[in-house]
Amino acid sequence: MPARIEPIADRYSAWRLLKEGISGNRGWKQAWRKPEPKARYDVVIIGGGGHGLATAHYLANVHGITNVAVVQKGPIGLGNGGRNTTIVRSNYLLPSNTRFYEYSLKLWEGLEQDLNYNVMVSQRGQLSLFHSDSERDAAVRRGNSMRIQGVDAVLVDGEAVRAMLPFLAMDNPMFPILGGLLQPRGGTARHDAVIWGFARAADRRGVDILEHCEVTGIRRDGGRVVGVETTRGFIGARKVGIAVAGNTSRVAAMAGLRLPVESHLLQAFVSEAIKPLINCVISFGAGHFYISQTDRGGLIFGGDLDGYNSYSQRGNLPLVERLMGVGVSMIPALSRLRVLRQWAGIADMTMDGSPFICRTLIEGLYLNGGWCYGGFKATPASGWCFAYTIAKDEPHPFNADLTIDRFLEGRMIDERGAGPNPWAQ
Amino acid sequence: MLLIPCPYCGARPQDEFHYRGDATVKRPAPDAGLQALYDFVYTRTNPRGWHLEWWHHYAGCRQWVKVERNTLTHEIRTAVGPAEDTPQLSA
Ligand SMILES: Cc1cc2nc3c(=O)[nH]c(=O)nc-3n(C[C@H](O)[C@H](O)[C@H](O)COP(=O)(O)OP(=O)(O)OC[C@H]3O[C@@H](n4cnc5c(N)ncnc54)[C@H](O)[C@@H]3O)c2cc1C
Ligand SMILES: [Zn+2]
Repeated sequence: MPARIEPIADRYSAWRLLKEGISGNRGWKQAWRKPEPKARYDVVIIGGGGHGLATAHYLANVHGITNVAVVQKGPIGLGNGGRNTTIVRSNYLLPSNTRFYEYSLKLWEGLEQDLNYNVMVSQRGQLSLFHSDSERDAAVRRGNSMRIQGVDAVLVDGEAVRAMLPFLAMDNPMFPILGGLLQPRGGTARHDAVIWGFARAADRRGVDILEHCEVTGIRRDGGRVVGVETTRGFIGARKVGIAVAGNTSRVAAMAGLRLPVESHLLQAFVSEAIKPLINCVISFGAGHFYISQTDRGGLIFGGDLDGYNSYSQRGNLPLVERLMGVGVSMIPALSRLRVLRQWAGIADMTMDGSPFICRTLIEGLYLNGGWCYGGFKATPASGWCFAYTIAKDEPHPFNADLTIDRFLEGRMIDERGAGPNPWAQ
Repeated sequence: MLLIPCPYCGARPQDEFHYRGDATVKRPAPDAGLQALYDFVYTRTNPRGWHLEWWHHYAGCRQWVKVERNTLTHEIRTAVGPAEDTPQLSA
């Protein structure tokens, strides 16, 4: 099937914005089609979040596989792709993670040109604070590990933090801020735009995005996948990729797989809009709390999981109280703000806190999941590596370590060393 | 706020408890082999619906209790002592 190359007139550009602006904005076209399912595809991706759509984009754009469908139970982008706090960074300690997330950050840096879509990547810097000598040592170790691998990391002392962010509670008697580890290239991106940008780019290459199409079964013939049962009928496929975040255990169970994963709640909050206050992403070291400011002016923040298995997408109050307490002890001025909105998503927590992108024991079935609460920043590299793994039937070097077999083989990638307790990762 | 009906203390707020995960996994026999040990330590059913789970009442009686809770609605059906079975699911 020939790839659909977008007509020049449909490209987004400053010139186009001007032209549409003076002609009543009547020329914009639908960003992706709403096709009927075909009987068969070369590849079916389950899950129309960022990861599924990015996979389809790279399958079509890099590997020339365009007979692809992304099946999504509701509209695209209402899962974690549309619920996260939009932080992108690559400041990991362990090489398997650093390699992967740094590649992702590099893809973010060129994503707008690749997609012809403004995903509002803003490299405003990500600062992790430390509050004791031992936390400082850990930050130095992490910074060195990053720099050895070619990732940017800067150790910032207390005075410099005070100058950058004068509203922080520097001299909190219990948790004085001694400094921070800054990744200048970290920052944020506009989460919804990432979904829409990948969807539009994949659609341009002929990928069918099938919304309101829930997968209810994975059909096999012997040891091989032959397609998926959906609420819109059976869809045949040579290869099937799973990228359903919080529902990973449930969809994998349709193929008889049992995974080292639990589903947990993660909440996020946004305040009323205020004048520019926070010009980077800050994370507290004395409790789990991170915060940045959106372009609309709201402060967006989050922290720990609620801490028990849940599929409810509904956060609970004890966490809210704890989180607000931590936030106010880092930025006392927060106590004067009103929270406008609060929501929760279902994070697919693994037993070591790291994800997997891999083949499975079933021929033609591929797995992408275990993103915990850090998968937004992974979106481009996850799609890149998953597309590679599906197209070539072997992992890309960047996801070679991210298999589910690692647990059986004793090769955990345990960034936090929290043991096999998904709620503690 | 979850209200957990501790069999020893009565209904208490979740803040008094620590969550300790799936209560249906059982340590295999020492000679059961690597796969059985792997499943015990790592793999979980992770159901969307009723889930039998451990909660440690650390700020109360300090017992571990087994709670049957729905992971979709957060409804709690029963809580029993560590050695007891619940009527609906059994550990
Ligand atoms: C509150 C919150 C804050 C977060 N903050 C950050 C952050 O700051 N930085 C960061 O890097 N990460 C963050 N994350 C994590 C990140 O959002 C996720 O890891 C990432 O979005 C996962 O991407 P995805 O495309 O796999 O998932 P999703 O966007 O959830 O996509 C999965 C899709 O699969 C669909 N699906 C499920 N079951 C089926 C089925 N049976 N049939 C068809 N479709 C199905 C779902 O409807 C969904 O649309 C956060 C997460 C949450 C919840
Ligand atoms: Zn008790």
